[in-house]
Amino acid sequence: MADLVWLIPAFPLFGFLTLLLLGRRFSEPLAGYFATAMVFVSWIVAVAVYFDLVAKPEEERSVTVTLFSWLPVGDLQIDMAFLADPLSITMCLFVLGIGGLIHLFAVGYMHGDPKFSKFFLYLSLFIFSMTLLVLGENLLVTFLGWEGVGTCSYLLISFWHTRESAATAGKKAFITNRVGDFGVMLAMFLAFESVGSVSYSALNGSAVAGTLSAATASAIAMLLLLGATGKSAQLPLYVWLPDAMEGPTPVSALIHAATMVTGGVFLLVRINPVITVAADWVPMSIAWVGGITALFAATIAVAQNDIKKVLAYSTVSQIGFMMLAVGTGAYVAAIFHMITHAMFKALLFLGSGSVIHGMHDEQDMRKMGALRKFMPITAATFIVGWLAIAGVPPFSGFFSKDEILLFTLAESVPLYVIGITTALLTAFYMTRQVMMVFFGEARWKDPAEGQEAHGDFKPHESPAIMWFPLVVLAGLAAIGGIINLPGLFGIPSGGTHRLEEWLHPVIAFGEADIKGTFAYDNKYVLVAIAVACAVGGIALGWLVYLKNRLKPIEPVVFARGWYYDTAISWFMGNPGREVAQGVADFDANVVDGAVRGVATAVRATASETRKAQTGYVRQYAAVVGVGVVLLLTWFVVIRGIL
Amino acid sequence: MAQTGSCDVIAAVEPTWYLIVSSLLFGIGAFGLLVRRNPLVMFMCIELMLNAANLTFVALATSLGDINGQTAVFFVMVVAAAEVVVGLGILVSILRRRPGATADDLAELKG
Repeated sequence: MADLVWLIPAFPLFGFLTLLLLGRRFSEPLAGYFATAMVFVSWIVAVAVYFDLVAKPEEERSVTVTLFSWLPVGDLQIDMAFLADPLSITMCLFVLGIGGLIHLFAVGYMHGDPKFSKFFLYLSLFIFSMTLLVLGENLLVTFLGWEGVGTCSYLLISFWHTRESAATAGKKAFITNRVGDFGVMLAMFLAFESVGSVSYSALNGSAVAGTLSAATASAIAMLLLLGATGKSAQLPLYVWLPDAMEGPTPVSALIHAATMVTGGVFLLVRINPVITVAADWVPMSIAWVGGITALFAATIAVAQNDIKKVLAYSTVSQIGFMMLAVGTGAYVAAIFHMITHAMFKALLFLGSGSVIHGMHDEQDMRKMGALRKFMPITAATFIVGWLAIAGVPPFSGFFSKDEILLFTLAESVPLYVIGITTALLTAFYMTRQVMMVFFGEARWKDPAEGQEAHGDFKPHESPAIMWFPLVVLAGLAAIGGIINLPGLFGIPSGGTHRLEEWLHPVIAFGEADIKGTFAYDNKYVLVAIAVACAVGGIALGWLVYLKNRLKPIEPVVFARGWYYDTAISWFMGNPGREVAQGVADFDANVVDGAVRGVATAVRATASETRKAQTGYVRQYAAVVGVGVVLLLTWFVVIRGIL
Repeated sequence: MAQTGSCDVIAAVEPTWYLIVSSLLFGIGAFGLLVRRNPLVMFMCIELMLNAANLTFVALATSLGDINGQTAVFFVMVVAAAEVVVGLGILVSILRRRPGATADDLAELKG
């Protein structure tokens, strides 16, 4: 069964091709249901492969399926090969499972859109690319998927391309990602140069065997970190993700929260033996990039008023957590948090989509309030997501976040402080959002200025096709923690660390490696601190935004995202433009000047020499005659022949 | 016997005389080529030069007893014939269009 792993990308590809050829003929819901079915079939294949792998002994749980030789160029042999191992199948399971639910939601959300079938065409292409990314057996197949999801992200952010902001946001995402892609390409070149292959087995194998030098490993890891900061929206390349919210909400949930943006983290986990071999400052850089991004984005999220912008910055912050985990060696925790985050963040995004749908395309939280009475299911599921992301036990986010914090403290105290502060802020800004949207007084009654007048409309609950995925995701977000329970509070040992044991063939580093550290010995204290932070953040948010006991602190510097965008615009607009202008002038004057100079010189020489061509045949004959005489003279008199 | 006799006659004459005649012919041809403007006459001058060369070949081939010289003559004749075909064709078409055109008049073809 594991040999049939290629079927996982095959079904979405089939869906894509079918919609490409016949999409216009499909009536509205059919295209959506068709694409959804393809994702679920693919998911079933992934489940089958999963059980096949489970049945095997641990050391055989890695199956490489080679379809064909893709680039046989001399020493460079690259196969179109898929790798079915615990990591890739775990990724497939949650990407396809959550992707399928989001597809279902989108059938309801995109109802009535004139480009309905095109939307599902792009989504199918996205799912195909994403499965390529996670299943690739070498860096190049992963890179193919990597670029594919980037393209789909671009197409879907600017899906409503007649809106200028959407078109601009798409371009911004694409261009920012190019910066990161350049890092991935360089890493590939370096891997080929040093190992002679770009396959993970060769690269990780040489790292384990010790043939990979620390310097090379550091360079490869840092270049891939650059790629990850682009794709996973980390500092300094996070800027595209908040703007990506211009896309339809299911896209934000699927691509810009649950799946694609975790690609960078996945790639770093995939090459974790290389990071282990690399110099110590490499994992520390990864951890600091993640930690600072997490805190930075959380502060911005505190002051956003757009319901989706809050979630976007929250996503940046949570992926920062995953990077922090990768940097501190907690690869399992990173994957664990990736899965729980996919569940609750997809839930929150779809919930916000449901709110936007019910509010007739209103996204400003200041114009919402008291929606729980009108949208009970959306409100209930959103609250589950809120508790999960805030880290309230026993919801899923509590377990994954706590595990990351545990590993962080084992590695570095300042990073732990950053992490726990971020956790507090996360609980706070999510409470703020929930209070502003679902509680308090209704602020949507007076028609908003500048909005199209809806008259006295009433928010309404979304149709079943939209709330059904919400309910499923809420269930997952509530109990998702069971896949990797910690060994605490007398949980039977058979039920703990399931994910860690499952991923063990790919990730050697586990909780056993931090036993005996200060953090591990005091883990009950850490749990208490984490719960106190979650509850404290929620209480603070409740006091500020529902009871109005405290004045909200929303400085402009947070609302404007620390002026990061402004700074980039200024930098690119002034010194950047001058440098570009200088380069352009150099090109126009020096490079083009040299080319034009050669042409001018040739033309001048030619116009002088062509005067010799008089056209008088007899003159030519005379010249030939004189030439012959001169040649003869030279041969006979000077060379002395004859 | 007549064949042998003529061979003897050719062989009897000093090769120097042949070379003198041939260089005279060549000189006349070259001179004519340079001073005459009638294209047809210039053409004939070229033929004269070619045949001067042929005469040299034949004379030296005989005196040195090397058949290669005679072979070269055939090549020259073939080239000359081909040249005549093309050259006369061009000449006829030029003179039809512009009767009485000289070689110098054709200088405007230089472009």
